[in-house]
Parts: sequence; C-alpha cells; structure tokens
Amino acid sequence: MSLRSDLLGRLNWQAFHHPWVTNVGVASMTAGAIAVVAALFYFKRWKWLWREWLTSTDPKKIGVMYIVTALVMLLRGGADAVMLRAQQATSVGVHHGFLSSSTFQQVFSAHGTIMIFFVAMGLMFGLINLVVPLQLGTRDVAFPFLNATSFWLYFAGGMLVNLSLAVGNFSAAGWLAYPPLSELAYSPGVGVDYWIWGLQIAGVGSLLSGINFSVTILRMRAAGMSLMKLPMFCWSVLGAMSLVIFAFPILTATLAMLALDRSLGMHFFTASGGGNMMMYVNLIWAWGHPEVYILILPAFGVFSEIVPTFSGKPLFGYKSMVWAIWAIVLLSFSVWLHHFFTMGAGADVNAFFGIMTMVIAIPTGVKIFNWLFTMYRGRVRFATPMLWFLGFVFLFTVGGVAGVLMAVPPADFQLHNSLFLVAHFHTMIVSGVLFGYLAGLTYWFPKIFGFKLNERIGRYAFWCWAIGFSLAFIPLYVLGLMGATRRLDHYNANLGWQPLFIVAGIGVCFIALGVACQVLQLVVSIKNRHANRDKTGDPWNGRTLEWATSSPPPHFNFARLPDGSQRDAWWAAKKAKTAVAYGPYESITLPKNTPLPLFIAAAAFAGGFGLIWHMYWLAAAGLLALVTCLIVRTSAEDNDYRIPAAELKKLENAEQAG
Amino acid sequence: MNEAAERDNRSIFGFWVYLMTDCVLFASLFATFAVLRNSIFGGPSGSQLFNMHYVLAETLALLTSSFTCGLMFLAVRARDKKRVLMWLAVTFLLGLTFLSLELSEFARLVHDGDSWRRSGFLSGFFTLVGTHGLHISVGLLWMSVMAAQTLRRGLTNNNVRKLTMLSLFWHFLDIIWIFIFTIVYLLGAARL
Amino acid sequence: MNEGKSINLRSYVFGFAASLALTFGAYALAVRHSLTRRWLIAALAVLALTQFMVQLVAFLHLGRETRPRWKLLVFGFMVGVVVILVLGSLWIMYNLNYHMSLQQQYQYLNNQGDGI
Repeated sequence: MSLRSDLLGRLNWQAFHHPWVTNVGVASMTAGAIAVVAALFYFKRWKWLWREWLTSTDPKKIGVMYIVTALVMLLRGGADAVMLRAQQATSVGVHHGFLSSSTFQQVFSAHGTIMIFFVAMGLMFGLINLVVPLQLGTRDVAFPFLNATSFWLYFAGGMLVNLSLAVGNFSAAGWLAYPPLSELAYSPGVGVDYWIWGLQIAGVGSLLSGINFSVTILRMRAAGMSLMKLPMFCWSVLGAMSLVIFAFPILTATLAMLALDRSLGMHFFTASGGGNMMMYVNLIWAWGHPEVYILILPAFGVFSEIVPTFSGKPLFGYKSMVWAIWAIVLLSFSVWLHHFFTMGAGADVNAFFGIMTMVIAIPTGVKIFNWLFTMYRGRVRFATPMLWFLGFVFLFTVGGVAGVLMAVPPADFQLHNSLFLVAHFHTMIVSGVLFGYLAGLTYWFPKIFGFKLNERIGRYAFWCWAIGFSLAFIPLYVLGLMGATRRLDHYNANLGWQPLFIVAGIGVCFIALGVACQVLQLVVSIKNRHANRDKTGDPWNGRTLEWATSSPPPHFNFARLPDGSQRDAWWAAKKAKTAVAYGPYESITLPKNTPLPLFIAAAAFAGGFGLIWHMYWLAAAGLLALVTCLIVRTSAEDNDYRIPAAELKKLENAEQAG
Repeated sequence: MNEAAERDNRSIFGFWVYLMTDCVLFASLFATFAVLRNSIFGGPSGSQLFNMHYVLAETLALLTSSFTCGLMFLAVRARDKKRVLMWLAVTFLLGLTFLSLELSEFARLVHDGDSWRRSGFLSGFFTLVGTHGLHISVGLLWMSVMAAQTLRRGLTNNNVRKLTMLSLFWHFLDIIWIFIFTIVYLLGAARL
Repeated sequence: MNEGKSINLRSYVFGFAASLALTFGAYALAVRHSLTRRWLIAALAVLALTQFMVQLVAFLHLGRETRPRWKLLVFGFMVGVVVILVLGSLWIMYNLNYHMSLQQQYQYLNNQGDGI
C-alpha cells in the first residue's frame, strides 16, 4: 500500500487513454465547457450566475436549470444514438464499423442511462417545477431547500456520468447493469461503479422531489381548489410522484446491494457464494416498471392541458381521466415481471403478469379516447404543441399495441430482447414522453421567458422528428420480427438486414435535423424576442391559473393568492368577463438564496468519485462535508425574508401600469 | 391555522412521507433477505450463529428507548425544556446500548470468519440489520444535535418541529426492529 | 401535529406494556421450540403484526389525525406496495428456482446449501 495508491486509489494515467471516438466526445464536451466559462468571464456574469441561479430556491429558476441540463444531456445521448445507428448500418459481413465491441457496449449503456435518468427525468422535473406552483395558485413548493438540493443532486449524478467519458470509462453492462456481468468478476473496472454512483446520487434527488411535490399538491392548493378541481397536469404529477415515492427506494436498495457486492465482497447477486442474480432482475424491474409510468404520466398531463386549450373546449371526461391515472398508478406495481418472462418462471406466474400487463393498457386507452373526444367538435388550432400531440397519438398507439402483443408470454418468448422490443419502448418513450415534454416546453416557454418560440421553425422541427422517428424505428420492428437481437455490433451479410439498418440510419439523420431546427428555433426566437413578447400573459388563450400571471411571473408568482374554486379557473373568469377572485394583500415570507444545496451535491459528487476510484480519504471527506452541510442547515434559524403587503401592492400596480 | 403552524405541519407530514419511503427501502432488503435465507453456501445458518439472550437484551433496550422517546415528546408538548433534555439523554443512552450490543455481535461474527463475505445469507443479514443500525446511528447523531440546539435556544418552534420529527423517526426504527427481531432472529433461530 | 388529545401518557404506557408482553411471548415461543414450524410461523406473525399495530397507534398515533387523513392514506399505500413487493418477490423467486430442471434444481440447492 503505497502513498500513491492511498491518495489516488486506482486512478492512473490509463484512465485518460481512450479510443479516438471517445476522444472526440471528450474534446467536444471540454470545448463546450470552456465556451461557457469564457462567456461568463467575457460578460462578467459570475456574480449574476451565483446570485440568480446557483443559490436560487425559486422553482421557476430550478425548473429552467433542470431543462437546460436535460437538453445538454440530450445532445450527448443523441450523439450516442447516431453512433449506434452508424455502426449498425455499416458493420456487416467483412466490415466491422468504426466502434470496437467494448466501445459499442459502453455507447449503448451510456445512451440508455443518460436518456432515461438525465434527459427524461430532467425534462419532467423541470416542467413540474415551472408549472405546478403556478397552476396550484401558490407561491412556492412545500420544501424549497429540498427542491434545490434535488436539482443539484441530479446535476451531480449527471456530471459523474459525463466525467466517465474523460476519466476512466463508463459501464458496458447496459442501462440496467444485470449481474453477473455487472459484478466485479466480469466488470472489474470503474465503469459500473460510475453507473452505480451516478444513479444513486441522482436517485436520491428524485426521491426527495417525489416527497416535495406530493406534499405541495396535497397541502398547498389555492383556496377552494378541492382535488376534483385540480388541473389535469397536477393530477398526473401527483400520480407520478406517488410512484416515485414508492418505487425509488427499491432502486436505492438494489444499487446499494450491487455496490456492496462489488466493494465489500458480498454475495447478493454473485455467480457463487449463494448469490441469486435473478433477484437483481426482479428488484430492478420492480422499480423499473413504475419508472416508465413515472415518465409518461406527466407527459399525459401535458397533453391534457394542451388538447383542451387548442380545441377551445374543456377536457372530455375529467373524472375518468383522474381514475385512469390512479388505475395506472396502482396497476404499475403489478406488471413488472413482463420484463423477464423468459427468465424461467412457470406458466402461472407468467400468465398472471401477462394478463395484468394487458389490463394496464386499458386506462391509457381511456385517456387517448378522452383527448380525441375533447377535439371532436372543438375549434382546433394546429399550433406546434398540438402537432406534437398528433404525432404522439399516431405513433404511441402503434407502439402501444406492439406492447400488448409482447404482453402475451409465448409471443414475448420470440420477441424478448429483439429489435422489436427496442422499437416498442423507443416508440413509447420518444413519441410519448419526449414529444409530450417538447410540447410542454413549447407551450409554457412564453410563460417562463416572456416571448413565444418561432412557430414555423417549430413545425419543421416536429416534422423532422416525426418522419425521422418513423424511418428510424419502423425498420426495427421489422428486423425484430425477422429475428434480429438487440445490442449487436456486427451481423452476417447473408441475413439481408443491412438495407433496413440503413433506412434506420437515415431516420436518425432526420432526427438530428430536427434537433438542429430546435437549436435554430431557440436562436431565432431569442433574437426576435422583443417582437414576439407576450404582453398579456396568456398567449394561447389558456384555461388554468398559470395564465393569470404576467410573462414571466414575478418572483413570488401571485401578489395576492387567487381563488381556485372552479375547474379551469382562468377560463371561467374570462368567460364571465371578470377578473380571477383574489384574496387580500398580505405580507409574504419567501426562502432566501442558499449555497448549501450546491455544496451538498458537490460533496456527494466528490464522495462518489472517491468511492469509484477507491480514494477512500475523498469518499470520507465527501461524507463528512455532506453531514456538516446538513448540520449547518439545521442550525440556521434565519432562512427566510419577508415582503410586506404594502410593497406587494406597489409592485403589482407598477407592473400593471408598465 | 396561522402560516407558521401550517408550514410546520407540512414539514411533519413531509417527514412522514419520507418514513414511508424508508419502509419500502427496508422492504426491499427484507425481500432479498427472505430470498437468500437458505443460501448459506456451506457456512453457518442463523440458528447456529445467533445468541438469543443478546438479541432479547437489544430488543428490550430499543423498545424501552422508544417508550422514553415518547416521554420526551410529551415533555416537548408541555414545553418543559429540562424534562425534554433528560428524556432525550435517557433515550440516547438506551439507543447507544442497543448499538453497542449490535456492533459487538457483528464483531464476534466477523472475528469468527462469518462475515458478509461468507454467503448470500450473511450478506443479507449484515445488510438488513446493518442498515437498521446505520439509521440508529443517524438517530443518535440527530439526538446529539437536537440536545445542543435545545440547550442553546430552548424549545423554539423550529426545535419543537425537529424534535417531533426525531421522535417519529425513532418510533419508526423500533417498528422496523419488530420485523427484524421476528423474521431474522426468531424465525432464523427456529429453523433447526 | 393534529392528533390532539390522543397524545397522552396513557397511550405510551399502554404501548410499552403491550409491546413488552408481545416481545416476551414471541421470544418464549421461538426459544422453547414448543410449536411445530407451521404453527410457530403463524404465531410469530400474529404477535409481530399485533405489536406493529400497537406501536403504530400508541406511539405514532396513526389514524387519530383530524380529516383529511393523508398520513393514513400514504401509510395504506405503502403497506400495499410492501406486500406486493415482498410477497410478489417471494412468489416469483420461488417459482424461478423451482422451474429449473430437476437435475439443475438438485445441483443448485446443493451449491447454495453446501457451497461448491
């Protein structure tokens, strides 16, 4: 045990040697980071960054940070996707593509991990932070400090995953890291450890948000807003957060057990010593299935806001929509075995879970019909958010029935781990989760930033995505039925698969074009922001309370708290040609800025890095710093500041005049 | 209800929700322990390892500490600072007794070569019981911090709220122990 | 907290006394080997669940809050998830182990029990 190994653990110069492809990635990431830092220096915005963003406890700011981080991670996950398609389109017969087998495995592992944990979850929590307090007619979330901590923990987990590109390598065991491959015997390097700790840290952030938003929705609604008057987005968030609360601890426990196997020689899931690796698969999917419903429910909620607004009609079947959410929440804990029908359970077990899987499709079907009935006989405006919805309806239905097919265990025995499965879940997540959140971003962008996004470029982006996605994944359904397995980095020429892979590769180019359109849309919209300013606060003729504020809303959301005793309270007020009823001016208490959430996450990051590289002094220091931050926080008495009623009145009058 | 009281109420409810998530965490560990209960891999089983007198002593210490924690909470409601500190100290000492007994049991097992590396069963045992012990340790640390804060500032609204959450936490740990006691030790010992 | 009048000394003393009795009862049953395995498991389960409910009500005052009963609802949800997770996992894992071929099963149980 030398001093060097005590200080640096297993970190050495080898950790910085990478294949050329990885080096390109590292260079891009570094260039991006340098550009951001340089801009901050050039525009002298460090103080502003610290004051307005890094130490903020305002959910509107935190929401923006989630979304920015998620979109940056989308670029990385998307680059992975492009590489995977390029490899599979070219690596046939005597050709072996441009990725080695081990790099290919890291690429698909990173792709899945990043897209689920850092893109989808990030966009979701971002929108929730931005929208839920405004829709509830309240000023803040229940636990603002915890909220900021959740974001920074998510960010720290994401940074660990990004760091793995440059220092060491990422896991090559897939996005769920099944043992025994993910155990020490078969993955002795740092890759799986990066995966474990990145997810463990981000997972704690998610769990804390689950607690935060459920309490916010249950206990901080506007006066008169009983549960059956809740906006549909808030209902869907409540359902999703209930799932987070009860599913994420399973992930925490399972990741911990895998870490214990790897670091302390335990035998939970090892190939010998009494371990049972099937228990890992069981536990990880007991979390994993609720996770996909966590992702989709708020996206459904977004559509439930968009479709009524752009149809000029109230949502059809509000009550059945609410019951559908809770049916999905309850059922999502009873289907998880359908992810491992082929692992060897008997017919009775497989049949039970197969039937439950088919049952859970029903409430989703109810929702889709309700959205369509909402459109029926409405005055439908096909703005960009509505286009995303239409793309969703077509594609999600196709992917959904593919899922019902695989719910039949004998069919699944043929299709499990084939490209048919890959096509199915991508259809669900891209056309469901991603289209939903992109629609939500477009819809609520004016509220948060004060100006609308360019409609024309937005339409181009949508069509590129819709066409691109179809071109990229319809071939995969066919390939799966032809017997193609997932995660292949090479295949024989005589199979006749290459043309389909080439079509899929063209599809991903269209998607990349769509992403480019979205970047262009942002640039153009920012340039034209003064021309497109949202002066009324209600650019879409919306229905719910967030549209009753200015765009962007003041720091405290509402100078006087609104009354929420009618469903679609804002629409009701507009129809009756009155203002929304407000309570009196009262002095309000808001949380101060605080750097502690950032420090807590930094401590977690350092601790995680220490554990990964066996730098135990760093792991201990991280833990100590974390505990110290918590004790400092709990000892502090002066965490809030007050705005007196008179000042609120002044602010509101000034804003109405200007 | 005024704003500050409503906020405190929300915090306590939020803490309750957190405790529910901790129950699911323990449930995952219980499920794994149950699946691996017979995977002794040629090593010893629970009935050969557990010292039942010890376990009874631990259980009584923890149960009593849960009771004294309740007495502390009654003192908090009565805003009686001296009694709060006294019962907090008693609870702490009983908790420390529990933890010491548990750690010495662990040390004995490790010394005899029956550590968590020995088998799936022992991995499950050490992790389930050890996670509970980790929670106990956090509770003891929290008690120390609360003792210091109560001494310094008295029973402010903030301290009352935090002591309420601490007592919920401590009772919850004793409830988890009921299941560990029954499933790990009593059923383990009976499996001859 | 909004459990009000139910938080009194009597509640805690009752909870403590009942828990002591249930603990000693379970301990005696297990250590004395006086019951067959099936009956022992059933008895211990009843005693444990009883002590669980005693402590929930006497120490945690569950079910005594003023309406709306959010704590109880969240608790109920948790119990449901825990039951599904634990019983479901046991059912699934038993089934998976069982459905290996007889030869594999024999070998597996031998390996797990004896350690190869």
